[in-house]
Formats: sequence, structure tokens, C-alpha cells
Amino acid sequence: MATIPAGTEGFQAHHDDHAHDHDHKPGFFARWFMSTNHKDIGTLYLIFAIMAGVIGGAVSGIMRAELAAPGIQYLGWWASFLGENGKDFTTTLHLWNVLITAHGLIMVFFLVMPAMIGGFGNWFVPIMIGAPDMAFPRMNNISFWLTVAGFTSLMISAFVPGDVAGHGAGTGWTVYAPLSTYGSPGPAVDFAIFSLHLAGAASIMGAINFITTILNMRAPGMTLHKMPLFVWSILVTAFLLLLALPVLAAAITMLITDRNFGTTFFDPSGGGDPVLYQHLFWFFGHPEVYIMILPGFGMISQIISTFSKKPVFGYLGMAYAMVAIGVVGFIVWAHHMYTTGLSEDVKMYFTAATMVIAVPTGIKIFSWIATMWGGSLEFKSPLVWAIGFIFLFTVGGVTGVVLANGGIDDNLQDTYYVVGHFHYVLSLGAVTALFAGFYYWFPKMSGRMHSELLSHIQFWIFFVGVNLIFFPMHFLGVQGMPRRYPDYTPAFAYWNHISTIGYMIMSVSVVIFFVNIIYAFVAGKKAAPNYWGEGATTLEWTLSSPPPFHQFETLPVIDELAHH
Amino acid sequence: MATTPTPESDNRKARNRRVGFAMLLIALGMLGLGYAAVPLYRVFCQVTGYGGTPRRVDELQASGIKAIGKTISIRFDANIDRDMPWAFKPEQITQTISIGSRSMALFDAENNSDQTITGTASFNVSPDAAAAYFNKIQCFCFTEQTLQPHEKVRMPVIYYVDPKILDDKDAKDTEQITLSYTFHVAADSPSLAKK
Repeated sequence: MATIPAGTEGFQAHHDDHAHDHDHKPGFFARWFMSTNHKDIGTLYLIFAIMAGVIGGAVSGIMRAELAAPGIQYLGWWASFLGENGKDFTTTLHLWNVLITAHGLIMVFFLVMPAMIGGFGNWFVPIMIGAPDMAFPRMNNISFWLTVAGFTSLMISAFVPGDVAGHGAGTGWTVYAPLSTYGSPGPAVDFAIFSLHLAGAASIMGAINFITTILNMRAPGMTLHKMPLFVWSILVTAFLLLLALPVLAAAITMLITDRNFGTTFFDPSGGGDPVLYQHLFWFFGHPEVYIMILPGFGMISQIISTFSKKPVFGYLGMAYAMVAIGVVGFIVWAHHMYTTGLSEDVKMYFTAATMVIAVPTGIKIFSWIATMWGGSLEFKSPLVWAIGFIFLFTVGGVTGVVLANGGIDDNLQDTYYVVGHFHYVLSLGAVTALFAGFYYWFPKMSGRMHSELLSHIQFWIFFVGVNLIFFPMHFLGVQGMPRRYPDYTPAFAYWNHISTIGYMIMSVSVVIFFVNIIYAFVAGKKAAPNYWGEGATTLEWTLSSPPPFHQFETLPVIDELAHH
Repeated sequence: MATTPTPESDNRKARNRRVGFAMLLIALGMLGLGYAAVPLYRVFCQVTGYGGTPRRVDELQASGIKAIGKTISIRFDANIDRDMPWAFKPEQITQTISIGSRSMALFDAENNSDQTITGTASFNVSPDAAAAYFNKIQCFCFTEQTLQPHEKVRMPVIYYVDPKILDDKDAKDTEQITLSYTFHVAADSPSLAKK
């Protein structure tokens, strides 16, 4: 990471004088609805992601309540609540499919991606490279509002007919054909697919914006190899988005034309093949999981370095490990399709290629540990969340190596083992990284200190809760409990019950999160420019908290001799 | 930004546009590749037998194949698409044939409706690994079939299993190959609107 040489500190004071002349903010409507300011758009993204996350989390609450015991308990009530015939068994079962679809799409496209890339990326990439704003501020605004429009389209889909059984898109987040083509004739699936189009277009524009910003707008002396690792992570993520999302756009556009305009891309009656959809989807879908976790890697690197009070161990290795993860992530997609009839040789290739990813990932985990080793550790809340991330992500990574084996996957595919695995890396890994980043940067963004005590309490409740939810899923999966069903044999009741208790514990931690935000705004102390002290060396700590509306009108100069 | 435009900031704007435009081209290129995957995938399946696509050969290619002693069982499966008003079934459920020798299987189709219907058959071979060695010389699935109201036809398939199957470590232990057909209403069927 680029250490700011002593010389640039003078620039801060100089800048503040300027700020009073220039820092006039536009009125409320123009500021928040027509915003072209990267910090305001970042704030909008974060607020949006938190709201979407609450909705997506509530949906999983309905599912965990239903799964607390065998049999169908609450789905009929929810179907009636949503204005459908809750007494019709197929309607209640369709509602289950709608819930799993909504949960997956919301969490992937409207919580993790907007928060990591749109929120923290927008806020801190320009500041960390010493740029006044993003390269295309107006396109940044379009990206945000297209994401909102996409979310609206997904919400609308829940209230229009999906298939004969009821309202909503019940296709799963993968939207596999033929279930999503002639299996679901209603307009709900069109709305859901359109939602992906909008969110995808928004992300592609965002990716173009980030790449241009990072390549062109770095401050003098900020070479690529001096960029903070968070900026590296966003750069790699942006390239993944740019290469993967258009393939998803092609696949779902083919779905739309198959559904509405008589094409047969995925329909065997016209010479199509549904398995082709799976190839296209997972060519996007596997890079997508790295899109969701790489910015988290970047944030964890910043946090661990800050609270160890030393530069990250093996900076170049860390940066190029992310590049390697991104590159290899494009050639392993068929490990999501082991049971579609791949030959032994193909399975062996995808097994080996998938396991190779454990190498750069291992480099990152060990470098984080090596950074902490011998560091002057200060257990502030972001570091506690970051260490929690390392533990949870490693558990998810280990089960990932298990699932990478084509032979074992034949047995475990579509069981709760898979659900446990990907929630450990995403729900626990990515979301824990988001909380870590949130507590790291919240005072910088808001100008108010949160309560460290509440943040620590939230961490421990969250940590216990999520482990209780997801660890038992591995047992259930190995015993053969299939995913995507609202009911199960009583043999699976015990661990499902434990899992639902875990959800209740976890939800308490979310309440504490909101209490902490309210506390910060009502009673929080004013945040100093560098409230984490000497370990925080990147450019955002040279600015006030919150930073001036326009920063770096005089570009900072990074000392050529500054070490990482 | 509040700064007034300078030659330097104009220069930066032009550079931003250039990089942004290049990235847009990459995105459009990937979109194009997504579509290009459709024909490429089809060709790939036909060439490799991937995903259970059986191979189609002509008389000339078939003439060089010699029967060897080993036998294999072939199972026949016939289905109709959900809005297809035909009855369709194989005359024989299984055949035991000598690998490399040419065999014929017969399928019966009957149009149960009062309309003339053109059908087209899709086909698949299971296990997938054996598909590359399942060769069809003649098949009703190569062309569309038109049946008058209540017309009944017998349709032949002439096929052989390539002896090379015994050299493939994935496929050599196959004891039975299933050949499956599904009849769909052809897209250009004269009197029945498709879906």
C-alpha cells in the first residue's frame, strides 16, 4: 500500500481553506436524485443495499421459520397474505420457489454487489488513488438508478402471475431453461429476467467507469504497484464484470426471445439444448462469485494492515493472487454442472482447475495471517470482523475443495451441503467483510463515530448465529437432505431446528447494527480525519471525516520512494 | 468539478473516453461471443457426441465397419412433446446386436388428430459417453414427417455401434445404450399453431 509521505500532510490544511469557497453542495433533490458525486452515489448504493438486504433477509426468515419443523406450517398463511389461495397446496409450494428465487437474486444482485462495488467502491476508489471523482460521473448516476429500477422490476414480478400455480418467478436465481421458458408461462419470469438485464447493464457501466478511473485518473506517482489492495480488488472485479455479465445478458436475452418470440435456443423441439443455457449461465455465474468476494478481500487487506500497524505482507503476491483468481475463475464453470453428463476427462479437468484456485486463495489467507504475525495488533471492531471473515471464509473454502471433486459432487450436488458451502463464503464471508468495511469506514463517511462496544457485541452474536444456521447444513447435506424443498422427512428435524434458532440469534445482531447506526448519528462523537491512528496510511485518512464534497482539487503527489 | 477546463483536463477527458469506449467494445464483444456460443456448441456436440448427440454417417463411411464378436444391448425409447397429438412407440423395446454390425429398429407413429400434422423428432443417446460411437445411417429423424389425419406409419432407423467404443475408457464398459426420440410439432406444421 502506498504510504503517504510526510510532505502531503500540508496538502490537507491547504485543501480545507479551499473547501469553504468551493464546497457548496446542491439542494436536496439535486444532490441525491441527480447526483454525480462519487461519495453521494456511494452513500445511495449503501442505503439501497441495506434496504434490499433487509428484504432479502426477511425472505430467508420466512424460509427458516417454515423449515424449523417437518411439514408445511406457514407457507399457506403467507400465500393468503400475498392475496393468493393459501389453501391450494400447489400455490403454497410455488410460493416456496418464489421465495428461494427472490432471496438469491436480491442477495446477489441487490445486496452484495451494490454494497461492495457500488457502495465502498464508489466511495473509496477515487479517494484512494487521489482522484477528484470517477471518470464518468453521469454514467455513475445512471448505474445507480438502473439498479433501483432492476430491483423494482424484481419486486413487481412477485405480484404478477408466474405459472399456473401462482404469482411470482419460481425459477431459482439460476433461471434454468426449460423451467424458465415454457415451464413458467406467466409474465413474472419476464419481469425477473428484465430485472437482471437492468442490474447487469448497471454493473457493466459501473465496471467501465471503475476501469477508466483506475487506469487514467491516478494521482501523480500513484503507480499501479503502489495502489492500495482495495483498489486492486475493484480493478480485478470490474474486469470480471466486464467479461462475464455480457454473457449472462446474452443468455437471458435468449430466454426472453424463447419465451416470447418463438426462438428455440434452449428448446429441443426446435433443435436447441437446455444444457447450453447452463453453460452460458455458469460462464457468468462462476466469475460472479469472485465478483462478490474480491472487493471483500480488498477491504480485509486494508483493515488487517491498519490494525497490525504494518504494510500488508507480500503486497505484490496479494495483488496478483486476485488477478490469478479472476483469470482462473473463467475456466472452471462446469464444476456447477458435474451431473449434466460430462465425460470423465472433462470432469477431471474441471476438478483440477477448480482446485488450482485454492492456491492463490491460500496465498491471500496466509498473507493476512503473516501481516498480523508480529504486528502491533489493536482489536478494534473492524479487525475483529476481519478475523471472523478469515475464519468463516476458510471454512467455506475447505468445503469448496470437497465439492470441487467431480466424484464427490455427484453425491452432494443439490443437497444442503452445497447450501452450507456457499453461505459460508457469501452470507458469512462476503457479509462479514461488508460489516468489517462498514465499521472501518462508517465514521469516515458519516463524520460520526459508531459505538465500538455495540459493534463488538454485534460481531459475537452474528458469529454465533450464522455458524448455528449454516454449520448444521453440512450434516443435513451429507445425510442427503435436498435443497429447494419446503418439507423434509422427520429424520432431518433436529439440525433444521438448530439452524432456525441460529437465524433468530443472527437477527438480533442485525437489530444491534441498526441501533449502532442510530447511536452514531444521535450521540456519536465527531470523527477525526484519521481516527484509527498510525496504521491507517491510505489517502482517505488525509482528508477530513466526512471528506469535503469535492476532494483533491489539487492532486496529491505520491512520493516515488514511498514503500507499499 | 469546479475547475475551469484546461488543455490538460481536456486531454484527460479524451483519454477517459478512449478507455471507456475500448471497455464498451470488450463488453459488446463478450455479448457477441455469448451468441456465438449457440452455433459453436451445436457443432461441438455433433463432432464430439458431447451431451448424448449421436453421430450421423453416410453409406460410404459405414461400409468400412466390420462386425466383431462382442454384443451390446440397445434399448429404444419413444416420447411425444406435450402438445403433440400422435401416438409414438418402438416396435421392439430392446435389441441385442453385435458391435460393428448394421441393425434396423422400427418405430410406429399414428396421428390421432383430425388434422394433417408435420412432426420433427429430436434424439438423444444415453449414456452420453457412448453417443460418439452410436452411428445412424438412416433415420426418420433426419427429415420432417407429415402424417395425414389418423394415418399410421412404420419408420426405420438403421444404425451401428462403432467398434472403437471398446477403446474408450469411459464407454467400453457400457452394457446397454438407450436411444431416445421425442416427436415435436414442427415449427412450420401446416395446420397446428405451434404453442
